[in-house]
Amino acid sequence: MELICPAGTPAALRSAIEAGADAVYCGFNDETNARNFPGLNFSRDELRKGIAFAHDRGARILVAINTFPRASATALWQRAVDDAVEAGADALIVADIGLMDYVARRHPNQRLHVSVQAAAANPDVIAFYVETFRARRVVLPRVLSVVEIAEIIRETTCETEVFVFGGLCVMAEGRCSLSSYATGKSPNMQGVCSPASHVAYEETAQGTTSRLGGFTINRFAPQEAAGYPTLCKGRFSTALGDGYIFEDPVSLDATTLLRGLQSAGVAALKIEGRQRGRAYIESVVRHFRRALDTLEDGSEADIVSLKPFTEGQASTLGAYRKTWR
Amino acid sequence: MSHSSVASRPLPTIPPLLTLAIRPLPLLPLQLVLGGFLQRILRRNPGLLDRLGEHRYARFGIKPVDLPFAFIVEAAPPRLLVVRELPQGLDARVSTSLANLLALVEGRVDGDALMFSRQLGIEGNMEAVLALRNAIDDAGLDLPGELASLFGPLGEPARRSFELARDRLTGPPEEER
Amino acid sequence: MQLSLGPVLYNWAPERWRDFYFRIADEAPVDVVSVGEVVCSKRAPFFAEHLPDVIERLQQAGKQVLLGSLILVSLRRERRQIEELCASDNGLVEVNDLTCLRSIRGRPHAIGPYVNIYNETSAAFHVQQGATRICLPPELPLSSAAVIAAAVPQAVVEMFAFGRVPLAIAGRCYHARLHKLSKDNCRFVCEKDPDGLALKTLDQQDFLTINGVQSLSHACTNLIGDIAALREAGIGSLRLSPQDCDMVAVARTFRDVLDGRGSAEEASGRLAELYPGVAFANGFLRGQPGFSFAHA
Repeated sequence: MELICPAGTPAALRSAIEAGADAVYCGFNDETNARNFPGLNFSRDELRKGIAFAHDRGARILVAINTFPRASATALWQRAVDDAVEAGADALIVADIGLMDYVARRHPNQRLHVSVQAAAANPDVIAFYVETFRARRVVLPRVLSVVEIAEIIRETTCETEVFVFGGLCVMAEGRCSLSSYATGKSPNMQGVCSPASHVAYEETAQGTTSRLGGFTINRFAPQEAAGYPTLCKGRFSTALGDGYIFEDPVSLDATTLLRGLQSAGVAALKIEGRQRGRAYIESVVRHFRRALDTLEDGSEADIVSLKPFTEGQASTLGAYRKTWR
Repeated sequence: MSHSSVASRPLPTIPPLLTLAIRPLPLLPLQLVLGGFLQRILRRNPGLLDRLGEHRYARFGIKPVDLPFAFIVEAAPPRLLVVRELPQGLDARVSTSLANLLALVEGRVDGDALMFSRQLGIEGNMEAVLALRNAIDDAGLDLPGELASLFGPLGEPARRSFELARDRLTGPPEEER
Repeated sequence: MQLSLGPVLYNWAPERWRDFYFRIADEAPVDVVSVGEVVCSKRAPFFAEHLPDVIERLQQAGKQVLLGSLILVSLRRERRQIEELCASDNGLVEVNDLTCLRSIRGRPHAIGPYVNIYNETSAAFHVQQGATRICLPPELPLSSAAVIAAAVPQAVVEMFAFGRVPLAIAGRCYHARLHKLSKDNCRFVCEKDPDGLALKTLDQQDFLTINGVQSLSHACTNLIGDIAALREAGIGSLRLSPQDCDMVAVARTFRDVLDGRGSAEEASGRLAELYPGVAFANGFLRGQPGFSFAHA
């Protein structure tokens, strides 16, 4: 199984490859990708250099152009596609059906991956992408169990990529407007979920209150572990009780499921976190490189804990083991 | 790679007694040294300003929680003030231990991880904070190296004493496993 | 401009569900009605026995019937449901997940608000595949909707104009989670909340509504004051999403404004009486936070 690692900066890209990534995914520094954060991502020149660095070391670069183009501005997204192809990207990760159509027509030989933002959750829709746009790989949404993933793989010719670590969308990806309801900025349109511009922290004697667009998302006691100020991992109040109504602040960690994913036939494992620092990239990539190597040669894994890197200092197997089903 | 991650364990803080001992020291000499240091870093790492974008004009308050003073930092034009207390009206405030601060600047810890474990407090303009974090993380700053270049012929001794002090604070970079 | 009624999103008692549609057929001035369980495949069997009667009654009343597909399709049984739906000839299928496309492309169909169409090239692609109606995603601003409507004049472009706005769909059931039940053993607790379950912030501010695997806004979309702008943008249809209130009266209120009877302001006041205690919102239309509301 390939190890696909995130990079939000050229330094992170180099770190990921040195730590053992088979491929690195990244995006341009604009609204064409789903991690459109201040100070993050790649200029055209940085991407070209990043690709050269990767290719020299036998690694590949996948370029995420995975937001949904704004009406009347589709040229911006198409130019991102053209520039990524021109720079020598090994694959494009795309979510919008119009943009996939563009890639398939304009760059028929370019390898196309269906972004997790397209939420392709079953073999029929995957087949649609393969037949219509010659998609070579689909990044599966994080709503599936390992058994369901195995079933999908049995029924499809398309390579599959699954997330094994990092931030976890609780809702079906690319189909969530919670952020734009509170802030006017959405993952699909602006490439941001719970944008920093709308986040406020307030320190009081009771602890820290996080707000998004004026809505209270959470309140942490002084020493209590925290998470991102995302709506789906906030504390709320209902007639049936208060607390984490959707999901606790946790990160995905599927280290213990690697063998199951391998037997299911998964082609590639993906680490979330283009917004994270080099220290995260280095540690997490090295952890999974080692886990994969031990999986191949059957030796015992000597694996460090990734807990410090997780939201709420806690991890989950997410939908891979549906304890809630 | 210069250092590997130190985020797998919390970093120590400066003992309160030591903090107490440095409290009466005058701030101006420190401000002059650090101000020069900042200018030098920005000159040698032009990518920092690019990544900061519009936030290069932001005023950041940096509060090492285990020191009796704080810093006000601006990138464009480069300016660093050392103050006893951070004033109101800053664009953003970051508070954490000195050890975490040094590790953050050198990209040896992940800012989000520090936030999750509540070792890092941030207030104010979150976009500015993110831009600063990402800019610094990409720059891959080598503090001992920068310091050495500042001290000219005395560079090597300066580098060695900084590394010694830092490693006493944060522990030496982990061995490659 | 057409008025369309979206599918009932909540888990209503089957007889109530049937009677609701009978009354819509007999009394509501809507042109198009989308029926079918789109939120949770587990609920579908309850409505199945009444569905043929409902469709027949609506069609006899001259309404165009759309058959809504499930929003999130992953299980084998759900895929089979989709296949059967796409094979049926009871009405135009409203595609809420691209899973339908493989079997339905090349034949006329409608696109529901859960399919991501944010720009003119995606809209054109879907029209090429056979889409004749497109209900745009609720978070889309009017500026984008106008560009899309102009690009696909052969299709009816619709916007979500009344009701709590669907914001997210998940694999996990939040009604079950709140009641400490597993999804497989949920005892259909969502039926206790025919208008959804209110979710407030820790500071008791109204925020969201839980409906099983779906999350909706607390605020109710109200575009009745924006009708002139919607017309100008080339929007051909307004969708009213059923809430636990007098939807016939809601439809009449919209119809009156569409037909030039009475002012939008009065009509908005009337909607507030019909669906009391719930704030209005239209922020998405202006590219503002969805919860916000501005008078035209």
